[in-house]
Amino acid sequence: MSASPDRDARAAGFFAGRAAVLLRRRLAQALPVILLVLVGNFLLLKLAPGDVIDAYVAAAGGGDRAFVAQLRAEYGLDQPVIVQLGLYLWKAVRLDLGQSVLLGQPVLSLILERLPNTLMLMMSSIGFAFGLGVLLGVAAARRAGRPEDTAIITLGLIVYATPGFWLGLMLIVIFSVRLAWLPLSGIETIASSLTGWERVLDIARHLVLPTASLALVYVAIYMRLMRAGMLEVFGLDFIRTARAKGLSDDRIAYRHVLPNAILPMVTMLGLQFGTLLGGSVVIESVFSIPGIGRLAYEAVVGRDLNLLLGIVFMSALLVIAVNLIVDLLYAHLDPRIESA
Amino acid sequence: MAPRLTRRTLVQGALGAAGSSLVPWRAYAQGKRGGVLMVAADTEPAHWNGAILASNGVFFVSSKVLEPLADQAFGGNGIKPVLATSWTPAADGRSITFQLRSGVKWHDGKDFSSADVAFSAMEIWKKLQNFGRVLFKDLEAVETPNATTAIFRFAKPIPSQLIVNALPAVSTVVPKHLYENTDATQAAHPQNQKPVGTGPYTFAEHKRGEFVRLERNPSYWASGQPLVDRILYRRMADKGAIAAAHESGDILLSCFSAVSTPDAIRLGKVKGLQVSTKGYEGILYTATIEINHRRKELADARVRRAIRHAIDPKFMLETVFNGFGAIATGPIPASGAPFYTTDVPQYAFDTARAEALLDEAGYKKGADGMRFALKLLPAPFFEQTRLTGDYLRQALRRIGIDAQIEGNDAPGHIRKVYTEHAFDLAVAALVYRNDPAISTTVLYRSGTPAGVPFANQYGYADPEMDKLIDQAASEVNDAERTKLYVAFQKKVMNDLPIIPLIDFPFLSVVSDKVVNHHNTPRWPCASWADVSLA
Repeated sequence: MSASPDRDARAAGFFAGRAAVLLRRRLAQALPVILLVLVGNFLLLKLAPGDVIDAYVAAAGGGDRAFVAQLRAEYGLDQPVIVQLGLYLWKAVRLDLGQSVLLGQPVLSLILERLPNTLMLMMSSIGFAFGLGVLLGVAAARRAGRPEDTAIITLGLIVYATPGFWLGLMLIVIFSVRLAWLPLSGIETIASSLTGWERVLDIARHLVLPTASLALVYVAIYMRLMRAGMLEVFGLDFIRTARAKGLSDDRIAYRHVLPNAILPMVTMLGLQFGTLLGGSVVIESVFSIPGIGRLAYEAVVGRDLNLLLGIVFMSALLVIAVNLIVDLLYAHLDPRIESA
Repeated sequence: MAPRLTRRTLVQGALGAAGSSLVPWRAYAQGKRGGVLMVAADTEPAHWNGAILASNGVFFVSSKVLEPLADQAFGGNGIKPVLATSWTPAADGRSITFQLRSGVKWHDGKDFSSADVAFSAMEIWKKLQNFGRVLFKDLEAVETPNATTAIFRFAKPIPSQLIVNALPAVSTVVPKHLYENTDATQAAHPQNQKPVGTGPYTFAEHKRGEFVRLERNPSYWASGQPLVDRILYRRMADKGAIAAAHESGDILLSCFSAVSTPDAIRLGKVKGLQVSTKGYEGILYTATIEINHRRKELADARVRRAIRHAIDPKFMLETVFNGFGAIATGPIPASGAPFYTTDVPQYAFDTARAEALLDEAGYKKGADGMRFALKLLPAPFFEQTRLTGDYLRQALRRIGIDAQIEGNDAPGHIRKVYTEHAFDLAVAALVYRNDPAISTTVLYRSGTPAGVPFANQYGYADPEMDKLIDQAASEVNDAERTKLYVAFQKKVMNDLPIIPLIDFPFLSVVSDKVVNHHNTPRWPCASWADVSLA
């Protein structure tokens, strides 16, 4: 009896040690990644014709020369590109993301204000896509080749081929305009004084349609992955053994096949996180959700370099963090995998 | 159809019931008191100070909070008093005396006075404002002999007609006591983010990316106004979503063509909704072909006239503009009284004439049927300018000009056309701002440095044209000044330095529940003090 806790502790210690190694290695890798992402985006936006002052003047409907020159000087846009880049990076090192020229507010506070909305949307989308994808994938795999399987796959294909923004608008027309069941835009009822659970419920209701629009494409992907994974594992020797032992079909599917087929899904999860940030630009626009996706879009069309780089910086951190978690999860799910 | 019982009708019923128990439903001559006006806002500027940034996007919200000295009106001489009750120009054209409204209070309870006007004029309009910096460059001082009189003194004679016509856009008054000794240029200035004004609504709350909330100003100077309790601007970025919100009744009003034209036409047929092009007469846009005279082919007036002959504006109006607008006869739209004239050279749609002109200019068709190629940059700001670009390419092909379309986003377009001059033809939507000297002559006067957008960046320089423009700019006699602008319009249509095609308004979609709307020539930028909800 006394040996057992000891062994557990050793195992835990071993896992923690591996995690620490992984963490250190990943952080070391993250630095060049972030630097590349920042420099790359800085140069890309510099290559685009026009700058933030052009965008500002266009919105203002004109401005005289002295005014325009004064604005450029004020934001350091009259300096050589390399100097601007150096200054930006030096500030970024000190975690000073600067001011948004277009919005006249600190970039960090703009991002922190909007990040929760985007995260909420992403979490609910990933959860929905993952959950429904697993359910449908398992169902399809267990009935492979039968009409139910074909129906699920066809449905998946249709959803996969539908653009998210169109799906979003159609959902709005059906559920908000015609049926009036769900709110059609925003993250919560505006200028309301809801608090506590009422507010949570209100936000949840606002999230239903955007979540569905953002997630349905991924439901199709997860479903296909899950189905393929399940079918592969079904053909392995240890499943035949399980069958020979006389285990029930349900037990084989859920206890033996599912855990072994789920690994590629976890990989997908990490990848999806990055692409969802992109998908949220469109969905946030269609559903008028104040998130960082839309903020990034506005930053690009307004050539607001500080704002865009700030968002890219935060997104890179987020994606790196999520991938780290996925790797840890990986190692936990399948101890044979080296966390390299 | 029986009325549907939905969450929304329930909520409205409940709100209505609550409202009726709290507020006595007094019926004024203008309309009923109470209610929330839900408006879609498709843009969100950095700040709400219309005194610094005189733009439609800012005024859409700020004009309900901050007021100008005068605003545009239908009828009369087109200008109605707001914070000023009257204005008298001196005979020598070197001063204008404004009588100001008495008994007006800022939203923080302080008295409005001539000191606020003097401060706004000298420190904000003249120094910081996008139009005021030019318009008030000769403003020397504003004298304030008493609290309700402000005398504007100019270094040299200036047409009072111009100043008065410009008042709606350039004369937004801000409170001196809240701006003095602060940096008003900072977008983050508390007064720029949450302005304190004299208007019918107070600025209550702004959640960036979500909404702006204005509340009724109970001590507004016009008795019985405003009638609406609250205005809520919902920030909505997607045109399709705004159209859907109109159908569901989540918003009652959208302005500045916040829905696409086909959607607006569809919504106009929905019961309870209407589409309006009224209320934009004072801020009409003219779809215009901008021409780079640095290209030798385009420096030839015969080639420019040939381009105009190749275009069928009637067809454009019907297809590209869906019938919303009017064929432009010149650089000033028909609503631009008293300057507008039809007595100018006209150009028929006549491709044979166009081809003859091009032959005469020495540009014969090559083996491929083309005479020369041009780079065409349609402005990305409006669907109308993009579509005009598509039409133009086809129309010019027919007379042997190969126009290659190059698309850019807003900052890219501004940079390429107005700074780098990297275009041959461009399609612009140029706004007319109630006086040729504010918005229009700047497109024809030579000598504008590169980098100033919506101005003569076309390499066009004609001494006769410059002389006309300069004379009109300093002519203090209204009738003489108008005559000079008639001559100006004739010269523009004869030389065609740039080619005005279609005058077009924005579209508003509005619910039948809204009463007293679109009743001034720049209504989306008006105070909405008389608006009520049925």
